[in-house]
Parts: sequence; C-alpha cells; structure tokens
Amino acid sequence: MSWERLRIPLMLGPTVLIILVLFFGSLGFGFLQSLGFQPQIGNTDLNFDAYISVMFSEEHSRRFWAGLALTFWVAIASTFISAALAIAIALLLRRTFFGKRLAVFLFQLNLPIPHLVIAIGMLLVFSQSGLLSRVAGELGIISSPRDFPVLVRDSSGIGIILAYVWKEIAFFGIIVMAILQSLGEDYEAVAQSLGANRWQRFRYVTLPLIMPGLMSASIIVFAFTFGTYEVPRILGIRFPEMLPVMALDFFLNPDLNARAEGMALSIIIAVIVLILVLIYMYISARTIRKG
Amino acid sequence: MADVAVKELASSDRSVTKRATGRTVFYITVIVMCVILVLPVIAFFINAFAFRWFYPQLIPNEWSLQAWQRLGLLPPAGQWSLENLFAQWASVPEVVRALGLSLWIGFIVTGISIVTGMPAARALGMYSFRGKRLVEFIIITPTIVPPIAFSLGLNINFIRWDLALQEAGINLGLSGSVLGVSIVHLVPVMPYVVLTLSGVFANYNADFESQARTLGAGPARTFWHVTFPAILPGLFVACLFAFLVSWSQYLLTFLIGQGRVITLPIMLFSTAGSGNNALIAALSLIFIAPAVLILLVSSRYLSGESGAVGGFGRV
Repeated sequence: MSWERLRIPLMLGPTVLIILVLFFGSLGFGFLQSLGFQPQIGNTDLNFDAYISVMFSEEHSRRFWAGLALTFWVAIASTFISAALAIAIALLLRRTFFGKRLAVFLFQLNLPIPHLVIAIGMLLVFSQSGLLSRVAGELGIISSPRDFPVLVRDSSGIGIILAYVWKEIAFFGIIVMAILQSLGEDYEAVAQSLGANRWQRFRYVTLPLIMPGLMSASIIVFAFTFGTYEVPRILGIRFPEMLPVMALDFFLNPDLNARAEGMALSIIIAVIVLILVLIYMYISARTIRKG
Repeated sequence: MADVAVKELASSDRSVTKRATGRTVFYITVIVMCVILVLPVIAFFINAFAFRWFYPQLIPNEWSLQAWQRLGLLPPAGQWSLENLFAQWASVPEVVRALGLSLWIGFIVTGISIVTGMPAARALGMYSFRGKRLVEFIIITPTIVPPIAFSLGLNINFIRWDLALQEAGINLGLSGSVLGVSIVHLVPVMPYVVLTLSGVFANYNADFESQARTLGAGPARTFWHVTFPAILPGLFVACLFAFLVSWSQYLLTFLIGQGRVITLPIMLFSTAGSGNNALIAALSLIFIAPAVLILLVSSRYLSGESGAVGGFGRV
C-alpha cells in the first residue's frame, strides 16, 4: 500500500465523512424512528404504524391528504410561474439600454435575501392593511382594509406561492441570463433570416437552448419549495397546511408517539422529492441519448 | 414627385414616433417590473421608520426611529448624545448579540467548510478514480433532499451522542450549543463549497505546482505562492456562499439550538409573531444588509454557471 493510493481517499475523507454521518446518518436514524424505533421508551420492534396513522387514520388522514395536495400545488405553481416570469424578464433585459446595470441589480436583489425575510416582506406588502391595500385605498378602489382580498394566510396557499415567486424569479433569472449571454444572438439571427417570426424564434430556438439549465434549476426550486418550513409557517394557516409545517408540528408535540409520525412525514417528503428527481434524471438521460 | 417625397417623409416620421413609443413602453415596463420586484424591500424601509401610520396613508405622515430605539440600537428620543449611543451599544442589546452570534457561526462554518472542502474539491476536479460518481452523489444529495428530512433525526442523534459522550466523561454539549449549530450548518454549506471549488480545480493547471516543487519550494510555500493565487477568485466566491447559506439558516438553528442559540433569523422569526411591523421591518433590514453587500461584491464573479449559483437556491 503506497502513499499515492491513499491520497485521494484522504482528500475526500473529511467531506464525505461529515455528510455521511450528519446527513445520511440522521436520515437513516429518522427513518428508524419513523418505524417506531424508540429505545428510550422500550420500543424496538419496527412497524409502519406511524405511516398508516398519518395517512389513513380518521384522526390525521384529512389533514395529511389536504396538506399533500396543497404542498404539490404550491411547489408546482411556484416553480412554473417563477420560471416563466424569469424567462420573460431575462429576455426583456437582454437588449442594451440606459440604466441596464441598475435594472439587472434590482432584478437580482432578492437573490441573497433569505426566504424567511421575503416571507415577512409578503406580509407587509400583501396583507389587508399592507402596502398594496394602501395603494388601492389611496386610489379609491377600496374603502377599508377588509375590502382587500385575503392574499396571505389564505386557504389556497397564494401568499406562500407569492413569496416563492418573488424569491425564485431572481434565482431562475440569474441562470437564464447567464445562458442567454453565453449563447449570444447568432442562432436567433439565423432563424430570423430564415423567416422565423418572434414567437417561432423563441419557441424553436431560444427555449430549447435554455431548457437544460432551466430544468435543473426547476428541480432545485421544486425540491426546495416542497420541503421548506419557514415560508409556509409564516404565510400559511392551520388547515390545510403544507407537509413540512405539519411534520414539525407532530415532531415538537410532547407526546412521543407523535414524534414517530413527524418523522414519518419528513421521510414521506424526502421520498417524494427523491422519486421526482430520479424520474427527471431518467427522462433527461433518455432525451440526451436520443438527441 | 413632391407628393412621393412628402409621403416618404411622413412614413419615416411615423416609424420614428413608433420607435419612440416602443422605447417608452419598454422603459415603463422595466421600471414597473423593478418596483414590483423590490416591493418587499420598499415595505421594510417604510415600516421601519413609520410612526402612527394610519390606513390608507401610503406614505406615513410621521416618521420615527422608535423601532431602532426599541431594539436598543439608538438612545431614546430626547437623550441624543454620542455618549448615550456608546452606552447603549456597550450594554450589548439583544439584537447586537444575535448579530454577533450569526456572524461568528458564519465565520466558523465558512472556515471549516473551506478547509475540509478544498481537498475534496481538488480530488473531484482534477482526478478520475473509481467510485467518483458515488462520491459526487453523496455530496450532491443534501442539496436536493429538504433539510426537514434529516434535521429531525439529527436533533435526536445529537442528544444521544451528548449522553453517550457524557457517560464517557466528555462534556461536549452538541445539542443547544453554538458548536452544535455550527456543525449542523456544514450540511447545507459543504456541497456548495465543494461544487464551486471543484469547478475551479477542473480548470486548474497543476504543472505550475510541480515546477515550483522542482525549484525547491516546500508544500506550504507551493500552496501559498502558486495554488492559492490561482484559485483565489473561486475561493472568494465559495467563502461568500458558505457564509450566506449559514447566515440564512433558520430551521437547523432552531432545532439544534434548542432555543438557546439566538441568531438573527431566530430572533426575527419570534418577532414576526409580535405584530409590531416597525420592529419586524427594522430587524429584517439588519438581517438583509450583509446579504445584499455580498451580492454587490460577488456579482462580478458570478458567471451563473458556476456551482456557487445553486447556493442562492438554498438561501
């Protein structure tokens, strides 16, 4: 065994060890606990009781399925809306104009602002006595805060979606702008000289070129919006509530049985996200091979 | 003849006005869009300085520094003096303590993640070896799987490890301590550090190192005079992202800190339920200031394709 053969394992060791122990170790232990493994109260036989209880018991099932539907709805809507708006804005900001640098800076301003802060910002902007309600009031469109529609802490997750859209537009934006910049405008110019109109140039030239980058960003955004706690905690309500909030709610319950259910919920979230990522990777690998 | 010329003039005139309207529409669209995107920040600034802001006033009639005084950052009204200001700060208000703690944890996490992540990034960026894809998978997975999935188990694990260590006579105290919180922040931070730096090392030419070695430089000098300057821009971006990701963590700090590690996000979250909008807005401004600063500094280095950008998705 020479020193050279140990070099790469030694270089990788600390990082891999940190992630294996802290991340995979905890994920695995959380899974064990979701199966009812709680040695401190003498439970060592494993079963799926917590999963069955969360998903099918009379007590929790309504809350779970409504929460699951809301979680999917919020994650899908946020991802699509922010991706579409980011593409539109990135295309708009592509030309040169006076003040472009300022516009691009403001476009990216929300990028480093934590989700928690954006969620609080949504409260100040969209609540019934918030900034927008005041604008409507000053314009005489509404006469009291109660006339303003309920956009935060609402039952269909609009406030949560708004927060994610504000935040992820900037995230998609920086990625789309970088791709557009590296592509240049040559492909579109060729398409134009061949007679393609503006829509055709976008649909058949630009969009396919930015699609790979857009898809991997979408995966990150979808997984994030599916599993984040703070935003739905601040902008959501008790019923229906998104799964991460529900999971923590169970987990922090003093009743130790509820803890297994909280763990089960967090594992369900992880499994759904992982399945979707695997499907995506399978599809993209196939399309690349075809292409 | 004159007729045609007039017509041509008229039509070129029309196209000029058309272009001018087009430009006006473009500018209005851009301005409206920018205002909408920064609405939350605008709301923070108004709320943080508003006083008796009655509905439906859009701009408050009265302004005040009340929120900043309540946070203990400014002396109370009527007692303005430099001395009082120093006295205020010397008593270390809660928000200053939280700010300091957030910064401190951010620095520790950045330091550890860079020192452990750099060799790994070098191995991934410069060599091919058996099991490389598995290692990449292990490092990338935490960026996709939601933190809630591992943080619940980790919370219990830390308590168990603490108990086990106590029995062995070591009182480390991972749960509820700054050390524990810093260690946990490594999970979301490490992947981005490794991804960013491995991108840097993939474009790095190690021949210069062997030249330096041939000329008699030891490993430390080689690193300091050859490797370090070459990777500096990427290293800089990696540090900023490591700090930013740590800076913005709420859930992990909350679960592992057990309410005993009060960083800025923890303080902001507990204030969010208070209903005091001025206070909430002032705290939010304090919380986002370093983040915006980081954007200003790093935008020069962000190509959008470097692994670092993914880090923004985690903030």
